[in-house]
Amino acid sequence: MSGAPLLEARNIVKRFGGIEALRGASFSIARGEVVALMGDNGAGKSTLVKTMCGVHRPDGGELLFEGRTIRFDSPKAAQAVGMEIVYQDLAMAPDLDASANMFLGRELKREGFAGRLGFLDKRTMRERTRNALASMQVQLKSIDAPIATLSGGQRQSIAVVRAVTWADKLVIMDEPTAALGVAQTRAVLELIGRVKASGRAVIIISHNVPDVMAVADRVEVFRLGRRTARFSRDRMTTENIVGAITGAISTEEPKQ
Amino acid sequence: MTTQTATPLSSLGGFLTGAGRILVILLIILVAFSVLRFDSFVSGANIRNIGMAASILLVMAVGATFVIATGGVDLSVGAVLVFSGVIAAKVMAAMGAEGWGASLVGILAACLAGTAWGVLNGLLVAKAKIPALVATLGTMGAAQGLSWIIAGEDLKDVPMELGDTVGVGDFLGVPMLVLIAVLVTVVGGVWLRSTRFGRHTLAIGSNVTASREMGIPIARHLISVYALAGFLAGLAGILSLARYGSTTISGHATDNLSVIAAVVIGGTSLFGGRASVFLTAVGVLIPASLENGLIMVGLNTFWRDVMVGVVLIVAVYLDQMGRSQRR
Repeated sequence: MSGAPLLEARNIVKRFGGIEALRGASFSIARGEVVALMGDNGAGKSTLVKTMCGVHRPDGGELLFEGRTIRFDSPKAAQAVGMEIVYQDLAMAPDLDASANMFLGRELKREGFAGRLGFLDKRTMRERTRNALASMQVQLKSIDAPIATLSGGQRQSIAVVRAVTWADKLVIMDEPTAALGVAQTRAVLELIGRVKASGRAVIIISHNVPDVMAVADRVEVFRLGRRTARFSRDRMTTENIVGAITGAISTEEPKQ
Repeated sequence: MTTQTATPLSSLGGFLTGAGRILVILLIILVAFSVLRFDSFVSGANIRNIGMAASILLVMAVGATFVIATGGVDLSVGAVLVFSGVIAAKVMAAMGAEGWGASLVGILAACLAGTAWGVLNGLLVAKAKIPALVATLGTMGAAQGLSWIIAGEDLKDVPMELGDTVGVGDFLGVPMLVLIAVLVTVVGGVWLRSTRFGRHTLAIGSNVTASREMGIPIARHLISVYALAGFLAGLAGILSLARYGSTTISGHATDNLSVIAAVVIGGTSLFGGRASVFLTAVGVLIPASLENGLIMVGLNTFWRDVMVGVVLIVAVYLDQMGRSQRR
């Protein structure tokens, strides 16, 4: 690892009106690392992630990307440096097919005059979708079907593959397995392993301790708007994690 | 290979039991009337009548297909048609109500007037966040009222050049009105299916939050879609003026319902996200051929309203069933 973390948040403060959602929250992830972000409801996980990828502007603290201080003024700015977020609602159009969703908002147009008229290059988009799905070993019942007809796991997989396609450094997933059954959950966890193998870092927000233990290199636990515990792989036990989430265990220095 | 394209035959079968089933219904209606009254129903003159009756509605329905595809609705089309016709008649009267010069300016004026109402609808829906139903109900009343205020009475200042060609004229044996409607349908259909504009239209209707998260400019796109519907209502305004030689101000109060019915019968989902301009054309032809055929067989034409009502409800019911099955 070359020194600086890929992405680091230092003492981030975020307020919504009178409510302080983040009270000096810190977080870091190295290149190619899978880090789970855990904590009870309202601990500030989603707010932190949204602040890190430009959805919210922080009210205090510092954000560093590859060692340099950075400010994302919009989600586009975060995307431009190679970060993508897989929202919990997946941000998919259920009536459109896999390829239309892969390229949602980034549609390819044809070359030349037809392209200037706005005609889509459906063939290339379909081909790239097929390749991207294949490279992550995602099998679909049909690549041409509206994705509403696919299973929850397949939809989640398309969302992950889409994020991987557009992000070459970091993919953030908000509760990727929350709505899935056992077999589908396993498929998505395996997919996360392949994302890691491709060299990208992954942040997973999750409530599910077994899922986290299966894929994460490290866990960072949040409570009441700040990080209260960090566990590396060898200290990641159900007991430690649950203890930190409920507030019984803390590995961080308390703030003054 | 994760998928194989279905054979042409089975995909046609899928089409006819799915979105295309409405085409089957139209065919049944046509065959039934043909069997009952072959000579009069299948005559050239009668097919012409059906086509001309459907044309003006179809032009508006193409725009409505885009609006409904976004999950919106436009109740103002009939009133905008009337308003655009009034503006065009006023402008053409000021130019002497004759000659091609006046006609072309009239066409332009109608399209501009329609587009202006469309942009207003779009701003109300996309920027002021007023529900489309309310916003376009408001502009419907305003456009209708202003039409009466500006015109005072039905205006009849239509240049002969315009009426004799666009209104009732033919080109290669096909009524100009029908040709214009077909052209609008083909362009609209290809645009919805094959361009980024069409893709964004469907994406917004399918999931507006996702579309926003993925960077589609929602407000700008919605304004364009309502502007398109307004433009086509304006075009319909000049077509109607050319055909009837009058602004027919009180004759379009239920156009909006006819248009919405046609779009929905054509399988476009009222919830947005799924739409076909070509099947909207089928949805326009069903009421048109029913009305015509019922007269032929000597039944009261009010049966048309009953039958269209039934077809409409069945179409929406099937759409909802399809949706709940997929969840």
